[in-house]
Amino acid sequence: MKSIVLIKQIPDTGEMSMDPQSKWLVREDVNKIINPFDTYALEEGIRLKEQHGGEVVALSMGPEHSKEALKEAIAMGVDASILISGDVFRGADAQATAYVLAKGIAKISEYDLIIGGIYTSDGATGQVGPAVAEHLGIPHITGVRKIREISETRIEVERLTDGGVEVVEAELPALITVVKEINEPRLTSLKGIMKAKKAEIPIWGMDDIEATEGRVGETGSKAKVIDTWIPQRSKDVEMLEGSAQEIGKAIVDKLKTAKII
Amino acid sequence: MNFELTEEQRMIQKTVREFAQEVIAPGAERRDETTEFPEDIVKDLGEMGILGLPFPEEYGGVGADTVSFALAVEEIAKVDASLALTVSAHISLGCAPLYYLGSEEQKKRYLTPALQGEYLAAFGLTEPNAGSDAGGTETTAILEGDHWRLNGTKMFITNPTYAGYVVATARTAKEGISSFIVPKDTPGYSIGQKYEKLGMRSSDTRELIFSDARIPKENLLGTEGEGFKGFLKVLDGGRIGIAALSLGLAEASLEAALKYAKQRVQFGQPISKFQAIQFKLADLATQIEMARMGLYRAAWLKDNHQKYTKEAAMAKLFASELAVRAANEAIQIHGGYGYMKEYHVERFLRDAKLLEIGEGTSEVQRIVIARSIGC
Ligand SMILES: Cc1cc2nc3c(=O)[nH]c(=O)nc-3n(C[C@H](O)[C@H](O)[C@H](O)COP(=O)(O)OP(=O)(O)OC[C@H]3O[C@@H](n4cnc5c(N)ncnc54)[C@H](O)[C@@H]3O)c2cc1C
Repeated sequence: MKSIVLIKQIPDTGEMSMDPQSKWLVREDVNKIINPFDTYALEEGIRLKEQHGGEVVALSMGPEHSKEALKEAIAMGVDASILISGDVFRGADAQATAYVLAKGIAKISEYDLIIGGIYTSDGATGQVGPAVAEHLGIPHITGVRKIREISETRIEVERLTDGGVEVVEAELPALITVVKEINEPRLTSLKGIMKAKKAEIPIWGMDDIEATEGRVGETGSKAKVIDTWIPQRSKDVEMLEGSAQEIGKAIVDKLKTAKII
Repeated sequence: MNFELTEEQRMIQKTVREFAQEVIAPGAERRDETTEFPEDIVKDLGEMGILGLPFPEEYGGVGADTVSFALAVEEIAKVDASLALTVSAHISLGCAPLYYLGSEEQKKRYLTPALQGEYLAAFGLTEPNAGSDAGGTETTAILEGDHWRLNGTKMFITNPTYAGYVVATARTAKEGISSFIVPKDTPGYSIGQKYEKLGMRSSDTRELIFSDARIPKENLLGTEGEGFKGFLKVLDGGRIGIAALSLGLAEASLEAALKYAKQRVQFGQPISKFQAIQFKLADLATQIEMARMGLYRAAWLKDNHQKYTKEAAMAKLFASELAVRAANEAIQIHGGYGYMKEYHVERFLRDAKLLEIGEGTSEVQRIVIARSIGC
């Protein structure tokens, strides 16, 4: 069983801010983490390897400092990590990102399963996983909360939907994206960190993945971000005191005065 | 000169920080109240490798450096000084003597399980009549055939309940002091009641009693009569641990004080706008930065196999006195609220006081420093 886990390094969810000019997220000088959903993907990939043998590889597209996230993946237990990086890839939308990742996967060539998080906490499109699968011409299942069975040729999973749970099967190779219910990511072991220190992480560019110019980065992106902003949070807070009944009544009075009810 | 942490130092710092914030912090206040020892968390620390952090992989350690050890202790101390003391004492008092002085056989048998987190390790030096004056050790060890027979009492020892062995100092027929590995299940070795303490309340501090305790002959650690030299070396490393603990605690005090000062409004403005409060905070921030430099440098000297006795004593002295000052000022900035348990800073002060006493009092640090500058 060989799995490829797609991961992305993002600014710490608690510390996000936006460059007012470019409308891009500020990615420098902030604490960076592995996209939380991707840690579940990593854990699942590592568990598959532990249970079925084989190999698990982490793949990311991003600026050079994404190497840190890829080293963390090695510290968690993946066998190897690969980074696709370079200025041309900057500013990619979900489609351009998926194209590049699919090219990277094609270069790795042998795999049974690709695992990603259901979405990233910074972009939140949820499109990259499925689009990668489309590029590769393989089936995909999103929102997986449990792998029920997996063999050389087939996977059966439980998929979390708005209404409940679906049981879905697919032929391998396939791509799945996972939700938090799937597992409990392990503690990073410090031994793993020392192992990661020694690991070489190859950086692939346009030529390595044989990508077509014009299909990557900002130029390859059909979606243009027109405007983004962080909603203003009002700091006007009024604390009500008294018994539950008194507070309840006071709230109703206030809502009435404000003509909300 | 390079003031930047290496990539793996940063990763270790981040991993321990996340674990400390998410897993250790939530119960710290409760444990201070109940004095309950967090066995589960210590088990997790073992799994992560923290209990074997600065020792080579061949003995079951992680193979990280002293700087990483300091970073880890600092992060734990920010949220729970008692647990940081448990870890620091385990590594630099319990494990270090085995690593420095132990034979291959002793390392494999006793050190490896300790580094892998199977059990903790402890160091028994202090006695009723031998504190700062550790040379005044009265515990005796008499060689009888293939056994040593130990008699005596050790005071204020950290970790013994959970320790697979304790390294104990004693006098033998030969002049000087010797060290011995005393396994937990040794007949004649017993562990006393938990002390009621001012601070560091969920760390395990007890009296050890050796009453005709019999240990195998091969449990002598290092050379007979040369234990004094050995534990001076151990204490040098221990001071880096206590300095890191102090730094973490001081940072926690500053963080709490700063946050509170920005929220608390008196006379129509946050108290952080009053210069009297600002100066306190500015002083603490400055001293914390200086303590950090001193500590990391001492750790760096150790990692680079240079002399660091003086620097470790200075780092411990400065940081521990800062930890007390910082906690004290944090309470002052909190006013009456700071005196209440709910705001944590009173715990910081109680915990901090130990740091001026353990592993050599502030007076002893000054003696060490004075000696090393030629007095
Ligand atoms: C919570 C806790 C945990 C501990 N853990 C351990 C442990 O794991 N292992 C262990 O072996 N010990 C441990 N100790 C003991 C600790 O190291 C000693 O308490 C410390 O070394 C001081 O010894 P003492 O208490 O006998 O004080 P004393 O040595 O009696 O000192 C009393 C006072 O006299 C001062 N003084 C002494 N000599 C001089 C001098 N020459 N010049 C000037 N002033 C002097 C001291 O600085 C101090 O202010 C622990 C203590 C505590 C409180």
